[in-house]
Amino acid sequence: MTAFDTLIHILYLLAAASFVLGLHLMTSPATARHGNLLSAAGMAIAVVSTIAVLTHDDVIPALATIVLTVGLLSGGLAGLLTARRVKMTAMPQLVSLFNAVGGGAAALIAFGDAIKHAGSLHLSQQPVSATLTTFLGLLIGGITFSGSLIAGGKLAGIIAGKPMTFPGGRVLNLILVVVALASGVTYTAGYGGLPVLCALSAAALGLGVLATLPIGGADMPVVISLLNACTGVAVAMAGFVLDSTPLIIAGALVGAAGGILTKLMADAMNRSLLNIIAGGFGTGDDNTGGQPTAVTGAVREVAVDDAALQLAYAGKVVIVPGYGLAAAQAQHEVVELAAALTEHGVEVSYGIHPVAGRMPGQMNVLLAEANAPYQQMKDLEEINPEFSRTDVVLVVGANDVTNPAARRRGNAVSGMPILDVDQAKSIIVIKRSLGHGYAGIDNELYTDPKTAMLFSDAKVGLTALQAGLKAYAH
Amino acid sequence: MTPLLFADITIFVLSLLVGVEVISKVPATLHTPLMAGSNAIHGVVVVGVMVLAATVDTPLGYALLIVAASFAAMNVVGAYVVTDRMLQMFRPRPVAVRAAPQQSPGTS
Repeated sequence: MTAFDTLIHILYLLAAASFVLGLHLMTSPATARHGNLLSAAGMAIAVVSTIAVLTHDDVIPALATIVLTVGLLSGGLAGLLTARRVKMTAMPQLVSLFNAVGGGAAALIAFGDAIKHAGSLHLSQQPVSATLTTFLGLLIGGITFSGSLIAGGKLAGIIAGKPMTFPGGRVLNLILVVVALASGVTYTAGYGGLPVLCALSAAALGLGVLATLPIGGADMPVVISLLNACTGVAVAMAGFVLDSTPLIIAGALVGAAGGILTKLMADAMNRSLLNIIAGGFGTGDDNTGGQPTAVTGAVREVAVDDAALQLAYAGKVVIVPGYGLAAAQAQHEVVELAAALTEHGVEVSYGIHPVAGRMPGQMNVLLAEANAPYQQMKDLEEINPEFSRTDVVLVVGANDVTNPAARRRGNAVSGMPILDVDQAKSIIVIKRSLGHGYAGIDNELYTDPKTAMLFSDAKVGLTALQAGLKAYAH
Repeated sequence: MTPLLFADITIFVLSLLVGVEVISKVPATLHTPLMAGSNAIHGVVVVGVMVLAATVDTPLGYALLIVAASFAAMNVVGAYVVTDRMLQMFRPRPVAVRAAPQQSPGTS
């Protein structure tokens, strides 16, 4: 090992350490920004070191340098502009897009490395370890690429959010699995060339599409986490193909992050991963609110002024935001109301269910964007013991995650961890109608004698409450 | 199985375990920035694309290279920028709210 090689390896090690430490600093909102900057510094080190290797060894053809530079600059610019302009509500689809391009790049590396070998030496001379990682990188990367694009399209509303199934879908799926495995095994065994690689890529892309189409909008937090994990693994496989330690380490870290979030989200919905991937559960974004449904038991309605008065007299208020709040883009209104209450001397906090948004933690980002202090955001375990000491719970656009029926057996939400909203002294629910949530069952909270319904759009209702509060305060 | 491959597998497995250990401690509040931040970390695929660039010699190879390069650069730049944008929004509780009532952020 020359001195130059040693230096490069040390720099790569430094980059990998920065990634780990950067993630470690993400354990607190106070240090998280530094963590991200540290991780970015590590990335810069890795990129600069690689440029140094390429120029030092003088191995890169002139044309490749130009092609590489053009690609990097155009992609980097596109990424920069998108990241600057994107709205916080569009974060899930942006993360999906980054999963797609990351997985796609990993698959292309596997493919590009394979066709390099195809020209120079016979495939059968390749060690199995090289062909196997190429197979896996191409398969996982391809599935991630097309799957993330479909998921992102669903989140952005370009593709219908409803679960899409069509006759023969399962058979087609099975055929694609067989094609992918057959071509993969053929390639791994050393008998494949370009046609086999193309068959494998096509099968992987098709599988990604077919796997994501039948999954409904409510399951998106799981899907997006799972695709994130897949991207990480695909990048790690590309690292194996190229013998590149930074890629293996970073890929494994991302794989772990995605894996943990996938498990957390699936647990929060009390559904198994297999059940979610099989699909068919959960509907679109907006079509559940409209239809009135027969709810057994009396529902008590409350006027805006009374609700505002109730909030003003409370000592402790917990706000439970759900996807309805995000869909109505009412995060600013809710935070303004919370600020007004705080100023009035009321103790306010937010009880946020893990699957309140379309991706893990999305509600927290929306509230942070609207200037809510992060100390007021409480997760399920933190907030549940506090409900019994809470005077008023304000539920905005959340449904199934507050349904007390989850504690009983034998219904669609049984066993799902819920926010114990019904243990508070009184509850105000802002909702457009008595429509069902994704689980498609009545919410027993709405017929609880302690509950008062404020039938309104989230944005309109919150603004009215704030006006009512102001009128009372002066 | 070569010693090199075995070293790679060791690194992969240990990194997975480190990842699980570190990331389990991230609070739910930060799960979206965590995901965007890990998005940025898998942007390290850009290094792989650069390594690949040293070996291309066919038209198909060049075509793959330019797509891979733009994908990877978009991933790494975009994800770091958007993560930073998100994280700078996370503010601590304003000090002494009741003692000195700050101006309400609303205008309505």
